[in-house]
Amino acid sequence: MAIELGSVQYRYAGSSTAALGPIDLRVDPGRVVGVAGANESGKTTLCLVATGLAPSVIGGRLDGVVRVDGVDAATLKPHELAQRCGMLFQHASTQLSHTTATVFEEIAFGPCNLGLAVDEVIERVWWALRVAGIEPLAARDPVRLSGGQGQLVALASVLALRPRYLILDEPTSELDPAGTRLVTEALTRIVRETGAGILLVEHKTDVLAQIADKVVVLDRGAVALSGPGAEILADPRLAGLGVESPASVRLERAVRASGLEWPAADGAEVIE
Amino acid sequence: MTAPVATPSIDLETVVFDYPDGTRALNEVSLRIEPGESVAIVGQNGSGKSTLVRQLNGLLRPTSGRVLLGGLDIRPTHVARLAGLVGLAFQNPDRQLFAGRISTEVGFGPRNLGIRGPALDERVRAALDDVGLAEEAATNPYDLGYSRRKLLALASILAMRTPVLILDEPTTGQDARGVARVRGVVARAAAEGRTVIAISHDMEFAAENFGRIVVMRGGAVIADGSPADVLAVDQAALLASTGLVPTFAARTGARMGLGRTATAASFVAALDSTGVRGGR
Repeated sequence: MAIELGSVQYRYAGSSTAALGPIDLRVDPGRVVGVAGANESGKTTLCLVATGLAPSVIGGRLDGVVRVDGVDAATLKPHELAQRCGMLFQHASTQLSHTTATVFEEIAFGPCNLGLAVDEVIERVWWALRVAGIEPLAARDPVRLSGGQGQLVALASVLALRPRYLILDEPTSELDPAGTRLVTEALTRIVRETGAGILLVEHKTDVLAQIADKVVVLDRGAVALSGPGAEILADPRLAGLGVESPASVRLERAVRASGLEWPAADGAEVIE
Repeated sequence: MTAPVATPSIDLETVVFDYPDGTRALNEVSLRIEPGESVAIVGQNGSGKSTLVRQLNGLLRPTSGRVLLGGLDIRPTHVARLAGLVGLAFQNPDRQLFAGRISTEVGFGPRNLGIRGPALDERVRAALDDVGLAEEAATNPYDLGYSRRKLLALASILAMRTPVLILDEPTTGQDARGVARVRGVVARAAAEGRTVIAISHDMEFAAENFGRIVVMRGGAVIADGSPADVLAVDQAALLASTGLVPTFAARTGARMGLGRTATAASFVAALDSTGVRGGR
């Protein structure tokens, strides 16, 4: 059970060069794989490939194989993929249907389209609202929410399809610190309560430091670094790959660079 | 390179701004920014930051109160005159970009200020250089990814060489190289004696690159001072009320009894003064 990319290479329709790969990657249930990398290093393309949207919906050419729980993604229909791999796009507004009057109906949109019984739809919506931490927003107008709230509604609408894996493309990039914290906490809860596997593309390495079990750094479409989160996020090669280290790592580095001892060398007490 | 005209002071006098739907976005804001100051404006989404900076170039005019640029009341001042004084790069570059070629895009602002010929070419080249897009002069703006479109929007404002430069969330969506470019732009403008005002959600970026932090909540300024004073741990409750937290350096310094250490540099200095030197 996992999303597995085996020697995957992908090129967009009309492009003569590969945007991604060759790449091998595995996302296990209950684990968070963080993805970092410079702009235009292939992070969004990786999301589209891992969800099966590329090539099945947007075209292009894929070499190698993407397997979701052992099944070749190329053989699955879009609605089958959507129930296995949910994707959250960077901007919540591109995700919301703009056809519903309340958050509740917005989140019901997906399960309704799966043809589920009404009772099941209602149960799923309340469950998704709770896990995303937004039950109080149920009666609100989805387009009149803060950025963080809107992103959580988009997340809940994906959750309501009960995917085994979640693919998130920079879910906090437009959010203020409070909104970022809401999303980070919701993801932690989702992993704990649903055992979903998460592929999280994120520029904010502080977020990855909090929740990623494993971190992969992309460079020009290929994996440049890969390993346990704490190890990769402290790697001095990050800067050369266009990735800013977490604040804790930068502070430690500044202290050592001035010839001082890092006072928290063995002290987890300063790491929040 | 120096600013073409003297950098004006900025005064907001009990500025109130109501949007047409009746929402009060600014509630009696008074603020003075001296010529050449670098100021970060922070606060949660909806706290009035973008509305505030839009008062400074005449995009929005106060419902009541006054905005003065070097003593000049901006209310009766034509937006064309303000455009030569205050450059504002939007948060979303797509609200700003329109040309089919990057060089045309960046040249548009200075052309409208009456710059022509080699002087115009030089401005375009220098601005593109500043954001690392010199190789892309002939490219269509929409062939760039979002983060580079954002740097392009910044270049098109830089090319106007206004004495006041305003950046609305310049680091959003930027990778480490993009953030470094923005940092360079801020430092150069400040070194040239221009006033730089940036809205940011990134407390580390604000603390490390600006001399003054203005904190907003609900359309009002709730704190205003140096990074060390404003982003300190003893301000944590106030900051939390507008969705912010002190920087990692400030939190760590406070826990270690080092005092107010908002930036890595001040943390290192405070640590050094405790005398625990000794290599690794």
